[in-house]
Order: sequence, then C-alpha cells, then structure tokens
Amino acid sequence: MEFGQVKNIATAFPTVRWGDKAKKSWKASKTFARRQPLGAASALFLIAMTLAAAFPALLTSGGPYAIHPLESFQSPSAHNLAGTDQIGRDVFTRLIYGARISLQVGIMTVGIGLTTASLLGILSGFVGGTFDTIVQRVSDALQTIPGIVLAMALVSLLQPSLTNVMFAISFVIIPFNQRVVRSAVLSIKENPYIEAAKVIGGGRMRIMLVHILPNVVAPIIVLASILFGFAILTEASLSFLGLGTPPPTPSWGMMLSEGRQFTENAWWLSIFPGLAITLAVLAFNLFGDALRDVLDPRLRGSR
Amino acid sequence: MSQYVLKRVLLAVPTLLLASLVVFSLVRVVPGDIIMATLGDHSQNVTPERLAQLRHQIGLDRPFVVQYVSWIGGVLRGDLGNSLWTQRPASSELLKALPVTVQLGVMGLLIAWVIGIPVGVLSAVRSGKASDYVGRVVSILGIAVPDFWIATVVILVLSVQFNYLPPLGYAVLWQDPLKSIQQFLWPALILGFRLSAVIMRMTRSTMLEVIQQDYIRTARSKGLSERVVIYRHALKNALIPVVTVIGSQVGIIVGGAVILETIFSLPGVGRLTFQAITLRDYTQLQANVLVIAAMVVMMNLVTDVAYAWLDPRIHYR
Repeated sequence: MEFGQVKNIATAFPTVRWGDKAKKSWKASKTFARRQPLGAASALFLIAMTLAAAFPALLTSGGPYAIHPLESFQSPSAHNLAGTDQIGRDVFTRLIYGARISLQVGIMTVGIGLTTASLLGILSGFVGGTFDTIVQRVSDALQTIPGIVLAMALVSLLQPSLTNVMFAISFVIIPFNQRVVRSAVLSIKENPYIEAAKVIGGGRMRIMLVHILPNVVAPIIVLASILFGFAILTEASLSFLGLGTPPPTPSWGMMLSEGRQFTENAWWLSIFPGLAITLAVLAFNLFGDALRDVLDPRLRGSR
Repeated sequence: MSQYVLKRVLLAVPTLLLASLVVFSLVRVVPGDIIMATLGDHSQNVTPERLAQLRHQIGLDRPFVVQYVSWIGGVLRGDLGNSLWTQRPASSELLKALPVTVQLGVMGLLIAWVIGIPVGVLSAVRSGKASDYVGRVVSILGIAVPDFWIATVVILVLSVQFNYLPPLGYAVLWQDPLKSIQQFLWPALILGFRLSAVIMRMTRSTMLEVIQQDYIRTARSKGLSERVVIYRHALKNALIPVVTVIGSQVGIIVGGAVILETIFSLPGVGRLTFQAITLRDYTQLQANVLVIAAMVVMMNLVTDVAYAWLDPRIHYR
C-alpha cells in the first residue's frame, strides 16, 4: 500500500475477529483479577450495582414511592430486607432506586465534566501560550473555593433539582481534572515523536488526535473511576443538606437525612443508606486505584 | 529565598482577586434576580416600585463593574457588606464564627497527623505485606465514608449504647475547656479521620521513594539499627512533601466543617455559610466564600514557603 493511498478498500479495514477479542479480554480480566484482587472484587460489585439499578424490577416490587402507612418503622425482615421508613416505604427498594440516581449523577459528571476538563486540559497543554496562562489562572482561582461550598452555592442559586446537582458537580470538578490532563499532555509533548510529526507536516489537530489523545486516555480512565466515587459522595452530601434532589426521590443522602430524626427507634433508616454510599464510593476508588496500578504505576502516590 | 517568597506572594494576589470576581459573579448570575430569589414566595405581592426600591438599596441597579469595584473597595476597608437576613455587617458574623472553625480544623489536623503518619510509615516499611493492605484500605475508607454517616452512627451509638450526648452549643476553649473538648472531640475525630487518609497515602508514597535512596543503604551498611534509619534519616526527608499537603487540606477542612458543624451544632464558618444558603442571604454568602477563598490562598502560600524553607534543594526557583 502506498503512503496516503488506499489501493483496495477491503484491505483498509481488516476483519475484526470477535472470537479472538473475546478470548483476549477474558484472559486480560483473569490476569487483572490475579494481580489486583481488590480491584477485581470492586469491579464485580460495581457490575452488580449497575445491573440492579438498570433492572430494579428483578430484585424489588412496588416501586420506591409505594406507601404502606400501616407498616411503618418495620425492622429488617424477610419481607422488607432493609426495613420500612416512617411512611411505610420499603427501604431496600428505595436503596436500589437510589443506586440509579447515584449512577446517573456519576455518569453525567464523568460524561460532561470530565470530557470538558479533558478537552480543556489537552487544548491548554498543547496550545500553550497566553491561552494556557489564562485558563490556568482561572482554574487556580476556582480551586480556592472548596468543592462542596461551590457546589452548594451553585445548586442553591439554580434551585435544587437532579439536573442542577449534576451540572454543579460537573462544574466543580473541571479545574482540578483539567490540570491533571494538562500535565500528562505536557509530558507527552516532550517526546521526540511529536516533534517528528510536526516536521513531516502533521497539522496540530492531527497531532492532538492521533498522538496525544491515545496516550492521555489512561490517566483519564483512572480519573473517571475516582470521579464517579466523588460525584456520588458529593451528591449524597448535597442531598443530606437538603440542597440536592428534592423528596420524594430516593437519593441515598436524602434517605440518610430523613432517617436521622428517627435514629433511636429505627437504626436501619440511618445505617443502610450510608452503607450503600460507602460501598459504592469505596468500590469506585479501589477500582480506580487498581486501574492505575495496571495502566501506569508512575501515577500512584499522592492520589 | 526572599525572592521566592515575594514571587509567591505576588502570584497570590491576582489569584485572590480572580477568586473574588468568581464569587461575585456567581451570586449575580442567578437566573432571575437576587431580590426575587430572596423574596421567594412573596414575590407575587411585591409591587414593581418596591422591587426597584429594594434593588436600589442593595445597589443592584448599577452596572456590574461599578458594583464589583465598590464591593472590593469595601472589602479592602474591612466592610464585607451587610447580611440580608440580620442586617448586621457580614464581617462581624464571620469574626464570631471563625474561632470555632479554626479550633475544629486544628484539632482535626492534629488527630490526622497522629493517625496518618505512623500508619503511613508502617505501610511503607512493610510494603506488600498484610499491614500495608490494611493501612491502604483504612485510608481509602477515610476517603469513601461520608462524614455525615459516621457522625450519625457515632451519635446513634453514643446515645443508645452509652446514654451520652455531646453538650450542644459552643463553649469557648479557655473558659470551659472540659465542655469545649467534649463538644469538639467527635467532629474533630471524624474530620481527622478523613484528613488522615490523604496524609497516610502521601507519607506512604514518599517513604517508599526515600527508602530506595542510596543514603538509606549507606546508613544501614554503617550498622545503624533499623529504627534509627527509619526515623532519623528516612522519615525526616519523607515528611517534607507531606507538609505541602496541608495547604490542600484546608479545602477539606472547610468543606467538612459545613456538614460536621451543622450536625454537631457548632457555630462555625461552615454552618454560617450553610445558613446563608438556606436563608438566601446572598451578601453573607458572598462574604463567606471570599473569606474561605482567602484562607485557602493563605494556607497554600504558607505551605509553599514552608516547603521551600524545609527542602534545602529548592532554594532558588
């Protein structure tokens, strides 16, 4: 094949052998499980959580808003795995639906927030110059305001709702993450092959897409996992303070906040939502750590 | 060295100014109007003339730049505006709340260092073995567990098992130390636990790096006991980067303060900010966030200078 010309279109796209890919993925997963047992266990937990959130009907019945006032304050039993709350709603069902909310927030935060931060970081690091300086100064200034405080202020100014919470958290994570991506880009820029690509006439866009982006993907994936955990924790904190998803939406943080009033009589109202939050955030963090160890051990340390 | 300090101070000023601009714009890009948001449900009953009057009172009818400049001018003179809720100067509320949060922060940091550094050292020295894993899981727990959950569980256990509730309100430390310690103990412990996670990981990674160094090998080959090698040679050098972490921890302290102060009823800056938000007291909120940002900038400056001072290798930048 001559450089720049495709003689036969069929040879330009090699046939994908899915069977081989499946076998390789399975083998990679087994190696991962062997080398990073904590990470693999977390991954299993996260898969289970996602499945439960996607198909809640498999594990629950009645939905999270079904009220049974006669059955309020039931302690955990075979019928209500996690007991019932003050107006008789099944806590376990609400926990499962709460997982949905948490995952939604995580996906939006990572999807919008991390993507924006990555694009900004790549641009800022690659283009450099005044643009870079301005972006970094603004990012520094934003980082002086603690994340929770900024998120609280944003949500309250925009009125509490799930969408606004997602937007607020996405916004809050941008400064820190764009800096991480930027530093990765800066170190890649030093490599000789970037200079080589410029010399043979590669346009800036092409260099960014073809050379920089693939090498930056690894730290971004690690960030994504840890960010997911952060998003869930922040959403729970906001809901706990009453600045998150409004009731009766079954957010874990809101459940914890409501359950606090009845702690002495109904311990399960406080314990289970908090346990759910802890396990989810723990799993995302452990998985992210394991990913980082596998993808690039040089990244470990302060984070 | 003083050149370095001067440079850092000069850098801090525009950062703080920019942060103040961010804070200021934040409050003013509310969809609708601050006045409308403050009035909330009563906005129906208010006549347009009254609205215009209120706006003029707070100065919202002036152009953005004029408002900003006048606010900054006030800030430099010590006037941070008046709380919309209490009509009193925002700065006086802040001055009352600041000592509480400072006490919480200092206690939390102390606890964090007492827990974090030994566990981090242990984790590094016995890297790969069981105690390392335990240490790492504990540190991740410190990051993952929501502080409001631990607080609720702690209060639950204390009240149900031991029939004990921490006294409410706020006792000044030097006037009533016993009561004060009781009030601050649990929130400080919880805060300290969260802070220790970061310290633990940082200590572990820097210790791991330092232990690889040649001078450690030399010290061991001189016949020094392992304990002396670790404490006198390795730890001192490993701790230097850990000190810089304190700067970034101020953010966690303030953030954690919001939740912990609200749960344990401590009248600190965090609770003040939360109240300002729920009461739609935007001028107080503005002042609070500015002060918080200023504290963060100052702490970052202090840790930068401390790092340069402690590490003999970084003297001229």
